[in-house]
Amino acid sequence: MSKLLEVQDLHTRFHTTEGVVRAVDGISYDVSEGETVAIVGESGCGKSVGAMSILRLIPKPPGEIVEGSRILFAGEDLLSMDDDRIRHIRGGQISMVFQEPMTSLNPVLTIGLQLTETMMLHLGLDQAAADRRAIELLEMVGIGEAERRLRQYPHHFSGGMRQRVMIALALSCRPRLIIADEPTTALDVTIQAQILELMRTLTHQMGVALIIITHNLGVVARYAERVIVMYAGKIVETGTAEQIYHRPRHPYTIGLLKSVPRMDMARGKRLQPIEGQPPDLTRLGEGCPYRPRCAWAEDRCERSTPALENVGEGQIAACFNHRALADKESLAV
Amino acid sequence: MNAPTHASTAFEHSPPHEPVAGESLLEVRDLKKHFPVVEGVVFQRAVGQVKAVDGVSFSIRKGETLGLVGESGCGKTTTGRCVLQLERPTSGEIVFDGVNLEELPDQELIAWRRKIQVIFQDPYSSLNPRMKIGTMLDEPMRIHGIESNPSRRRRRIAELLEICGLPEKFADRYPHEMSGGQRQRVGIARALSLNPEFIVCDEAVSALDVSIQAQVINLLEDLRHEFDLTYLFIAHDLSVVHHLCNRVAVMYLGKIVELADSKELFGNPMHPYTKALLSAVPIPDPVVEAKRAHQTLKGEVPSPMNPPPGCVFHPRCQLAVEGCSRSEPELRELRPGHWVACTQVS
Ligand SMILES: Nc1ncnc2c1ncn2[C@@H]1O[C@H](COP(=O)(O)OP(=O)(O)OP(=O)(O)O)[C@@H](O)[C@H]1O
Ligand SMILES: Nc1ncnc2c1ncn2[C@@H]1O[C@H](COP(=O)(O)OP(=O)(O)OP(=O)(O)O)[C@@H](O)[C@H]1O
Ligand SMILES: [Mg+2]
Ligand SMILES: [Mg+2]
Repeated sequence: MSKLLEVQDLHTRFHTTEGVVRAVDGISYDVSEGETVAIVGESGCGKSVGAMSILRLIPKPPGEIVEGSRILFAGEDLLSMDDDRIRHIRGGQISMVFQEPMTSLNPVLTIGLQLTETMMLHLGLDQAAADRRAIELLEMVGIGEAERRLRQYPHHFSGGMRQRVMIALALSCRPRLIIADEPTTALDVTIQAQILELMRTLTHQMGVALIIITHNLGVVARYAERVIVMYAGKIVETGTAEQIYHRPRHPYTIGLLKSVPRMDMARGKRLQPIEGQPPDLTRLGEGCPYRPRCAWAEDRCERSTPALENVGEGQIAACFNHRALADKESLAV
Repeated sequence: MNAPTHASTAFEHSPPHEPVAGESLLEVRDLKKHFPVVEGVVFQRAVGQVKAVDGVSFSIRKGETLGLVGESGCGKTTTGRCVLQLERPTSGEIVFDGVNLEELPDQELIAWRRKIQVIFQDPYSSLNPRMKIGTMLDEPMRIHGIESNPSRRRRRIAELLEICGLPEKFADRYPHEMSGGQRQRVGIARALSLNPEFIVCDEAVSALDVSIQAQVINLLEDLRHEFDLTYLFIAHDLSVVHHLCNRVAVMYLGKIVELADSKELFGNPMHPYTKALLSAVPIPDPVVEAKRAHQTLKGEVPSPMNPPPGCVFHPRCQLAVEGCSRSEPELRELRPGHWVACTQVS
């Protein structure tokens, strides 16, 4: 499979009165055509900022994508192309489902108008064809009575329905890459399953690539081929879903897996969250950012930052102790 | 008519008010909320009604957490908003601590409002974008007279932020300067700031990543024990509901279709909709997932404007028989404390 997206040493910062927030601090990964990649990690670790950087949706100022970062889409550098070209790609070849649907739907326009407008623009459809496709799309995402629904405004929809409208919008222009930021957190499990199955069909049958940002490790387990684990603006581990779940090599990944409530386990047990706070992104110094919360931390973790290294079969982790962790078979459970 | 097979008739028409012993803090009786559906821009006319909530009854004991789950659009948020008095019910009663909130004069309602707080689904739209977090937490405490001394209020804000896992200096930030999960925790801090007795948590932890989610879940449990808080916990994530709730009510299209003790509901679901719901929950383990059979619900989510006749679930139900499209099943107590609205299970 050929590479569709290549993110190379991406740094995104915010200049604030408190100092420089290093929201994304040098991440590199790529996504092949038709591949589903999940990005997981603690709240505030830079997942959304990283995704929005791809489409250059970072407000500037205070945001800044640092010189030297490169993001190639089908070989073309998204960061250096002119504004017209990126606007054409945005919503066309790359579409995005945002974390908070109310911020990206226009409250004073009907759902129908918002759907058809982009299709007329990007696909060159006439009104009648756009209307037909809009109805099709709403039905695809499980919204009944689509024709009537098109005439309604966002506030007439429940939270989950708005999210599905966003997904319909994202699919509307036949994108090659969909970036979905928490696409299903607002959805109940049955619709979630339906939407994710729909996305899976798209990725498998039409070769659409999908980057899915989610907190739901169950969703990751079911749908992702590859998993990227982020911590404090950096990638700390990547691997196949099975590698990540069954032989994690980074202490943060292990902590993450331990803190999930699972329906297939006894209830009433206290959850084991990762103790402590995520680091202050304005004060990231030398050393592993996870060190203050890490049970395996040693002196060297304070002195230098562990680099990502191959820990076997394509799995990559940034921990000095990954070998020691590998020996402890029972860690993930 | 489909005669109920096992339940005694005594239970048949009494909604599940007191399935468990203990003093109930909140009672919702036959709650209905119908929204008019209007069309037209200049000349608006009502073309129908959305029966967002259509005859829901439940009670919550003091110190208990009741989970409310169900498909998107089934009326969970609307139920919560009615409890919060943010929405005027079409009919039905909401009794809090023995007082019918509908009958309270506006002035007294304000004092009661403090006791019932909410943590919302969409943190972005519920936080004022032009207000710093500190001000947002300060104002309600001042208005409700929780603390009159400004410097003590400041200390309390720092404390609240810390309880919710946020650094003190976030008091000077605006909502857009935070991540989604950080905003969600501001919502929790705000709800806690007024020393509430009852909190409606509407998707309160769904925007949080799992490790912070675990902290917040533990936090909600600690607060419950410490301050004897009572929660109505609305959520899609059934694993979280399983973990946190004492009892769970399952809603479908404006109605409660099953209500039981958490252990009983997850261990022995009876309503076909609940069964489908549970099978759709992904388990965080790719090996387990690959082996699981997934039963996806067939068919469209019906419109609450034109709900199907009889049992609202029948068009998608595997057990449906002829009678299901004719008469609406009552909630019946099939096992102690386990209420099910289906004529085909026993
Ligand atoms: N406009 C801004 N000004 C200052 N800091 C910002 C701004 N936008 C984001 N940040 C910071 O950048 C960091 C990364 O934010 P981001 O939204 O990418 O987090 P996330 O990983 O998506 O978290 P979540 O899971 O909670 O959505 C956070 O610490 C956030 O506070
Ligand atoms: N102000 C309103 N006017 C008209 N219809 C409304 C209004 N508010 C809600 N509805 C409708 O009422 C139904 C129930 O909505 P509600 O928000 O309670 O669902 P929910 O169970 O919370 O869904 P979700 O899980 O997606 O948040 C939906 O069909 C919705 O479209
Ligand atoms: Mg985010
Ligand atoms: Mg809701």
